[in-house]
Amino acid sequence: MIHFDNVTKVYKNQNRPALQHVNVAIEKGEFIFLVGPSGSGKSTFLRLILKEERPTQGHVHVAGKDLNRLSNWKVPHLRRRIGCVFQDFRLLPNKNVFENVAFALEVIGKPRRFIQKVVPEVVDLVGLEGKAHRMPHELSGGEQQRVAIARAFVNRPMILLADEPTGNIDPATSIGIMKVLDRINRTGTTVVMATHDAAIVDAFRKRVVELEDGRVVRDQSRGVYGQAY
Amino acid sequence: MRVQFVLQEIWIGLRRNLTMTVSLIITVAIAMALFGTGLLVRAQVEASKSYWYDKIEVSVFLCAQTSSNPACNKQDATEEQKQALKADLEKLPEVAKVEYESKQQAYARFKERFSTTPGFVQSTREGDIPDSFRIRLKDPENYKSVAQAMLGRPGVDQVINEKQILDRFFRILGGLQGAALVIALIQVVAAVLLVGNTVRLSAFNRRRETGIMRLVGASNTYIQMPFILEGAIAGLIGGMFASLLLVASKFMLIDRVASQMQFASKLGWGTVIAVTIVSICFGVLLCAIASFLTLRRYLKI
Repeated sequence: MIHFDNVTKVYKNQNRPALQHVNVAIEKGEFIFLVGPSGSGKSTFLRLILKEERPTQGHVHVAGKDLNRLSNWKVPHLRRRIGCVFQDFRLLPNKNVFENVAFALEVIGKPRRFIQKVVPEVVDLVGLEGKAHRMPHELSGGEQQRVAIARAFVNRPMILLADEPTGNIDPATSIGIMKVLDRINRTGTTVVMATHDAAIVDAFRKRVVELEDGRVVRDQSRGVYGQAY
Repeated sequence: MRVQFVLQEIWIGLRRNLTMTVSLIITVAIAMALFGTGLLVRAQVEASKSYWYDKIEVSVFLCAQTSSNPACNKQDATEEQKQALKADLEKLPEVAKVEYESKQQAYARFKERFSTTPGFVQSTREGDIPDSFRIRLKDPENYKSVAQAMLGRPGVDQVINEKQILDRFFRILGGLQGAALVIALIQVVAAVLLVGNTVRLSAFNRRRETGIMRLVGASNTYIQMPFILEGAIAGLIGGMFASLLLVASKFMLIDRVASQMQFASKLGWGTVIAVTIVSICFGVLLCAIASFLTLRRYLKI
């Protein structure tokens, strides 16, 4: 599903590479924790999958396609098959829950009837039954993140990328968020989650890829957050 | 869904920077009105040119007792001289038609033309106006060879080319046209810069929306369309104001001036409508293209 083939990324005007010779293969339906200190290259890893950045060296394959060879006008179609969740939720403050989720379908031109049918299902799936007409500021942080997940998942992507989704949320609420991500993973969606949250990684025992200074220093199935070898 | 959604986005965008939009509309309106004025003046010049150039003549005035030209020696041109001149004129390839106008005919014409100012007519007597050859040229531009052939010939007092008189008038109109177009151009530059600023503000105001659109895979056209249409709509409204101004100026100015100055060719409504359509289209295109170009700078795709 996602293949990093000897990928190096050096940002402009920086000497130190953000990623160096990264080789990672992620298969369909996997759940992966991407761990490592700030500046270790986690976000760059995710941005490369979205083709927000191009690798300086090496190839990134997503769903069998070499992103280096993907022409720019096809990038939107790539992104339609990838959902994204961020630490800061990125909801539209002037739209309610339903509208925020519907927005993702409206802007890719889905018909109204389809939206009316699908959005409530996804809102229920993330555990926001009966809150479709709340505004973002009326929701707790955890609930806002659920809206963001609903928006990322409403178009049934193959891949869900989550960049520290529990970073702004207290530990108890984080468990709920993780359950939602797990539920999404069980539908067959590949989930890549960058995180600092040791407790969550240790509790879930999924595959862990650890980055340090842009290198993969550990790739372990059913791993934990800390060094475990 | 798509249409409704895009329209909604445009409405939000236009409302959010209302003052910017209003100033853009005013600038476009002025620019397009001046541009249209330039086109109208030009159409007027062209129409009157073709009308007048059909009628203008080169006049070869013959010596008379009243002439001040020393070559004439205060004597009328003789019948032989006239015959020789006429024969030569008719031989010139540039000449379409030669007519002799006697002193009587010239006086009669003068009386008729100035019939409204009796003082003028009374102070002039038959014989004051010399007789002349009135020459219609095939192409009014080629008057020089005729003038050269005639000047200095015995019996010729002076050669007057009506085209030169008309050209002075056309130059004034041409200057007006140029001035209108130059100011229009300056306004166009201002409009382009304003569009740029409006789009930049708009892109900044909507950076959350566009960021999410990008993320969920909205196509570039879909992301850019509201911005471009925003510019185009401002251009359209500005262009429509401009056409109102143009139509008003047709009523208030051109028609009045034309009736005063006896322009043989009035500007028809056809021309005015064509010019307004061109102005509106130009306004819309200008704004749409300007927003598209600035978008590339301020909206990451």
